[in-house]
Amino acid sequence: MNTEFMVIDNMPVEINGERNILDVIRKAGIDLPTFCYYSELSVYGACRMCVVEDQWGTIQAACSTPPKAGMAIRTNTPRLRKYRKMILELLLSNHCRDCTTCEKNGKCKLQELAQRFGIKQVRFHNTSEDSELDTSSLCIVRDKSKCILCGDCVRMCNEVQNVGAIDFAFRGSKMCVSTAFDEPLANTKCVGCGQCSVVCPTGAIVVRNDTAKLWKELSDKNTKVIVQIAPAVRVGIGKELGFSEGQNVMGRVVAALRRIGFDEVFDTSTGADFTVLEEAEEFSKRLLTEDNLPLFTSCCPAWVRYAELNYPQLLKNISTCRSPMQMLASILKEHHREDEKRVVVVAVMPCTAKKQEAARDEFKEDGVPYVDYVITTQELIHLIKEANLIFTEIEPEAVDMPFGTTSGSGVIFGVTGGVTEAVIRRLSDDKSSFALRAIAFTGVRGMQGVKEARIDCNGREVKIAIVSGLKNADDLIRSIQKGEKQYDFVEVMSCPGGCIGGAGQPVTNRDGKYNRGAGLYNADRMSNIKRSEENPIIKELYDGMLKGKVHKLLHVNYLKPDRS
Amino acid sequence: MFLNREDFKNACTTYTDSLAMQIKKILVCAGTGCVAGGAIEIYEQLIKSNEKYDVPCTVTLEKEPHDKSIGIKKSGCHGFCEMGPLVRIEPQGWLYIKVKPEDCAEIIEQSIINETFIERLAYKKEGVIYPTQEEIPFYKKQTRLALEHCGHIDATSINEYLAIGGYQAFTKALFDMSQEDVVEEIDLSNLRGRGGGGYPTGRKWKQVKGQNSSIKYIVCNGDEGDPGAFMDRSIMEGDPHRVLEGMMIAGVACGSSEGYIYVRAEYPLAVSRLETAIGEAKERGLLGRNILSSGFDFDIKICKGAGAFVCGEGSALTASIEGKRGMPRVKPPRTVEHGLFDKPTVLNNVETFANVPFIIHKGAKWYKAIGPENSPGTKAFALTGNIENTGLIEVPMGTTLGEVIFDIGGGMRGGHDFKAVQIGGPSGGCLTKDQLDLPLDFDSLKKAGAMIGSGGLVVMDEHTCMVEVARFFMNFTQNESCGKCIPCREGTKRMLEILDRIVSGQGVIEDLDMLLELADTISATALCGLGKTAALPVVSTIRNFRKEYEAHITENRCPSRTCQKLKRIYIASEACRGCSKCSRLCPVGAISGKIKEPFLIDPVKCIKCGACIESCAFKAIKEA
Repeated sequence: MNTEFMVIDNMPVEINGERNILDVIRKAGIDLPTFCYYSELSVYGACRMCVVEDQWGTIQAACSTPPKAGMAIRTNTPRLRKYRKMILELLLSNHCRDCTTCEKNGKCKLQELAQRFGIKQVRFHNTSEDSELDTSSLCIVRDKSKCILCGDCVRMCNEVQNVGAIDFAFRGSKMCVSTAFDEPLANTKCVGCGQCSVVCPTGAIVVRNDTAKLWKELSDKNTKVIVQIAPAVRVGIGKELGFSEGQNVMGRVVAALRRIGFDEVFDTSTGADFTVLEEAEEFSKRLLTEDNLPLFTSCCPAWVRYAELNYPQLLKNISTCRSPMQMLASILKEHHREDEKRVVVVAVMPCTAKKQEAARDEFKEDGVPYVDYVITTQELIHLIKEANLIFTEIEPEAVDMPFGTTSGSGVIFGVTGGVTEAVIRRLSDDKSSFALRAIAFTGVRGMQGVKEARIDCNGREVKIAIVSGLKNADDLIRSIQKGEKQYDFVEVMSCPGGCIGGAGQPVTNRDGKYNRGAGLYNADRMSNIKRSEENPIIKELYDGMLKGKVHKLLHVNYLKPDRS
Repeated sequence: MFLNREDFKNACTTYTDSLAMQIKKILVCAGTGCVAGGAIEIYEQLIKSNEKYDVPCTVTLEKEPHDKSIGIKKSGCHGFCEMGPLVRIEPQGWLYIKVKPEDCAEIIEQSIINETFIERLAYKKEGVIYPTQEEIPFYKKQTRLALEHCGHIDATSINEYLAIGGYQAFTKALFDMSQEDVVEEIDLSNLRGRGGGGYPTGRKWKQVKGQNSSIKYIVCNGDEGDPGAFMDRSIMEGDPHRVLEGMMIAGVACGSSEGYIYVRAEYPLAVSRLETAIGEAKERGLLGRNILSSGFDFDIKICKGAGAFVCGEGSALTASIEGKRGMPRVKPPRTVEHGLFDKPTVLNNVETFANVPFIIHKGAKWYKAIGPENSPGTKAFALTGNIENTGLIEVPMGTTLGEVIFDIGGGMRGGHDFKAVQIGGPSGGCLTKDQLDLPLDFDSLKKAGAMIGSGGLVVMDEHTCMVEVARFFMNFTQNESCGKCIPCREGTKRMLEILDRIVSGQGVIEDLDMLLELADTISATALCGLGKTAALPVVSTIRNFRKEYEAHITENRCPSRTCQKLKRIYIASEACRGCSKCSRLCPVGAISGKIKEPFLIDPVKCIKCGACIESCAFKAIKEA
C-alpha cells in the first residue's frame, strides 16, 4: 500500500491510521492545545481549541476531522491565534482566578494555556454565581466555579468506569456538571475511583487533601505515627521530584517520611504477601467445592463499592481477604496494642478510594479505624515539598523491622495482573525460577484492559480473567452472567492499568503507566524473595501473633448490610 | 383494512364518490390560531344551526356513499390567520373572515339554504369586497403545494385524504417503482431540504439507501422552534397524512421500516392530529407489517420534544429520541451513516416530506418547472410582525421579498414605512429596503448574508429598534444554546451582555468591535449550526443599521424610541399649568410639584410607562 501524506504547516506528514488530524498533528511535533480530547475517551469536540484552517480558509476542529491524503491544513494562522485567545478569554472570564490558592496551581491546563497564549487581560466580568464546594465525598472535592465544562469527567465516569455518577444538567450558560438531582457526591453511585480528577484539566475536581490533619498528628508528642507505603507509590512519585517516570525511589520515600517525622515506616507489599497466602488458600478451597466461583479479588476498594452498588448478588464471590493496606494496618495495630502512646496508622496510597475504604465500619475496632489516615501519592509530594526536603539529595533508607521484609510478589500488586501473578506463583507446584518466568508469559502482564490466562492447578485447568477499568469489569460480568464466558478467578482493578494509574498518583499518560509498571516488575526481578510464602515474616506471624486471629485480622465480610 | 392494492384502489374510489355527494361544504379553519379564536365553537354551532333546517349534513366521510349532503368539517390552516376564525363555503369558494359563533345561523340560512353571499363577513380592502378566497390579494400570488390540502379537507379524516388521491403516490412508489426509481425521481426534482440548510433531499436518500445496514430509520424533524415560524405546525395540523405519506415513500426508497416524527410538545394539536393519522393509517393497513400484501413493513412513532430549540439540530434530535441529552455531536460521522440509534438515518423536515408525494405523483419534471433551477418548488413562509396580513403563505421559490411583503402581506400595518425583515429566525439575518427585489431562494439569500431558515419572516417597520431586535434574538439563542461548545455557550452570553448594555444606554463605542470580534469567533469555531449562525442577526443589523447602534451609544438615544431605558419623559415647564393630574396618575409617584406651578418628573423613579403623557390635557408632557 502506498503511504498517504497530508500537509501540516507546509510540512508533509504521514498518515498512519490516525482517527483524526489532531493525532497526526501531534505526531508532527505540534502540541495543538485541547481541553476535551483524550484518546481513551470518545471525541467530544467542545473546547474548539484544536481548530485548524484548511487551504480554503475553512475552520475545522482537528479532534473531529478524519485525515485524508492530500489534505493541507495550517495550525497557527493569525485567525486561529485570535480565536484561541478569545476562547481562553471567555473561559477565564467565568473562572475562579485565585490560582495561587488552587490545589491545581501549576498543573492546571487552563493556567498553562492562558500563559502559553499570553492572555494578559480579561475584558469580561465574572458573572457566575457563587457555588459551594462539594466536600461530601471522602475521596474528591468538586468546585463548580473552576469547571470549564469540557466534559472529560463525565465521559470518564460513564465510558471508562461505567459509574455514571455525574452528567450535564441545564442548558446554555447555566449548564453544569451535576450529580442526579444535584445530590452531594457521597449520596450517589460514585465509587471514589477519582478518575474524573485525573482527566479534569482544572481544579474543578481534585483529590481530597488531608495533609493538614496529618501535620497535626506528626507534631503531637504523645502520638506514634506509623506509615505504610503502597507498591505503586514508589514508581509514581519520582517524576515530580526530579527522577524519571517509573523510577523506583522507595528508599528515598522511606527516608523522606522519617525526616518528615513518621515514627515507623513499612511497606504495604508485606500486607500484600499476606493477601496472596490468604487469597490463594481461599481460592483453592473454592476450587475444591466449586462454590462461589469465579472468585473476584477484593484489593480494590472502588471495585468492591461498585459491586455493592451494582451487583450485590456477586458479593459472595468476592474474596473475603482484606486489602493489603487493611491487613498490614490490622497487624500493625495489633502489634502496638499495648503501646503507651496513641498509635496512628497512615497509609500512602496511589488511590482515592482507599480514603473511603479506611472509613468503612468493617475496618474499625471500637469505632477506631485500623487506618487512621490515607494520603495519596500527590499528598505525599505536598508533604515532602512542605517539609522543604530536596528529594534528589535524600539518601535512600530501608523500611523498619519487624515487618520490613517483602517479596517481589507483594510489590507487583501495584500493576494490573500483579495480584493474579502473585497468586499463581503461590498456587503453582513448580517452585523453579523457570516456572516464575513461565508465569509471566501466561498473559497476566501488559497494559490491556482485559486479559485472559489459563493455568494448570492440581490437574485442573483454571480460567483467569484480569480486568482494569470498571466498564471492562462490567462487560465481563455481563458476559459471565449471560453464560458467554466462564472463569474461575477474576482480578478487578478499577483504574485503567491498575494502581500505578490510580487517581492519587501524579497524572501521567499511557507511556508513563507503562514505565511505572516496568518499574514494579524490575523491583520484583531485583528482589531476592520472589514468592509471598518465602517471606520470613509471614511464617513468623502465622506462628505467633496471628495464631487464632487470622480471621479477625485478615478477613472481612462485605455481605453484611451496607453501613458505609 | 386494505388487504392489497386492489382493495385500496376500490376504497379510494368509493371515498371519492362519497365526497362528490357532499354538494356543499363548510370548512372551518381548525388551525391553532383559529381554534384559539373560537373555531371549535363555530364548528359546533354550525352543526347545531344546521339541525334546524332539516338539511342532511355529514360530519365524517363514510365508506358507504350517502345521499346528497352538506359536509361540515374542521380543516387545516387556511393561512390568513390575521382574519381568523375563517370559514370557507364550497363549491362557491367564499371565504368568511372573523366569524363568530353568532354568525353561524346566518351562514347556514343565507349561504347554504339560500345560496347567497354574506357581505358583512367578507374580506374588504380599500372599499373592494372580495367574496371568494382566490380573489383575495393575500392568496392570489400564492402557489400552495405543501399546503394544498390545508383548508380544503377535513384534517382529522383519512377517508377525505384518500378521497382526494391520498396515499396514491405511496402505492405508486411501492408497486410501480423500484427503490432506485424513487430515489432518482427525488434527486431529479432537485428538492432541497426545507429545514433551512437546503441540502438536496435526493442525495441524502441516495446516501442512506447505499448504506449497508439491515436497520435504517426515517426521521421527520417537526421541532420547529424559530420565534414566529409555524409552517411545519400548520402542515402537521392540517394535512398530517401527507407527512406520513412522504415518510413512507422515503421508507420504500431507502429500505427502512421504521420512522419517527419528532414534534415539539408545545404543538399539542399537531401531536394529536398526527396520532390520529397514524392510528387511522395503521387501522387501514397502510402502516404496519406487510403493507397491502407488498412485503413492505413500515411503522411510525411520535416522539415529543421537551422544549429545547437545539433539538432541531440533527444529531441533537436523534440523541433526544434515544433518551439522551439533546446536544449536537461532532461530525463526521454524519446522520446518514450513523444517525438514530447509530443506524443510517434519513432526517428531513416536515415540509420536505410534504413535498415528496407530489413529486412522486406528478413527476420530477413537473416539480422542477416551479421556481428557479437551483431551488425548485415552493416554500412556505410564516408572515409575522408589523405586516398587514400576518399568516401562513406558500410561494414559488424565487418570489421576491417585495412581492411577499407588499402583494401578499398587504404592506406594513398602519401604513408605516418598511424597515427590515428578519428571515430565518434567530439564525438568520435581516434584509432591508434595498433588498426588496431579492428573490427568496436558498442561494440568493445566502449571498445576501441571510438564510431561508425554516421560513419565518418577521417584518419590521420604522418603529422597530434594530438593536433591540438583535438583542431579542441573541437572548433567544443564548437561552437555547445547549452549552456544549465554549464559543457558543460563553460567547453568546457575552454578546447578550453587551447588547443589554447598549439598549440601556450603558454601551461604549468599542462594544461594536467587541461584538464583531465575538461574532467572528463564534461563527468560525462553534460546533453546530445553531452556534455558527447565532451571531448573524447581530452582524447583519450592525452592517445595515450601524447608525442606530451608534445613536444608542454616543447619543443615549433610541432612534425608533422603543428602548425603554433610553426614553426620557419630561414636562415642558412653559406648557404645564400645574394641575397635578399627572402626579396623581403616576403609578410610582415620580411626579411632584406645587399646584399652579410647573411639575417635575424624577427620572430615577420614572418607569417610562407613558401614563402621564396621555393624561395631560395641555400636552405638556413629552418624550425625548
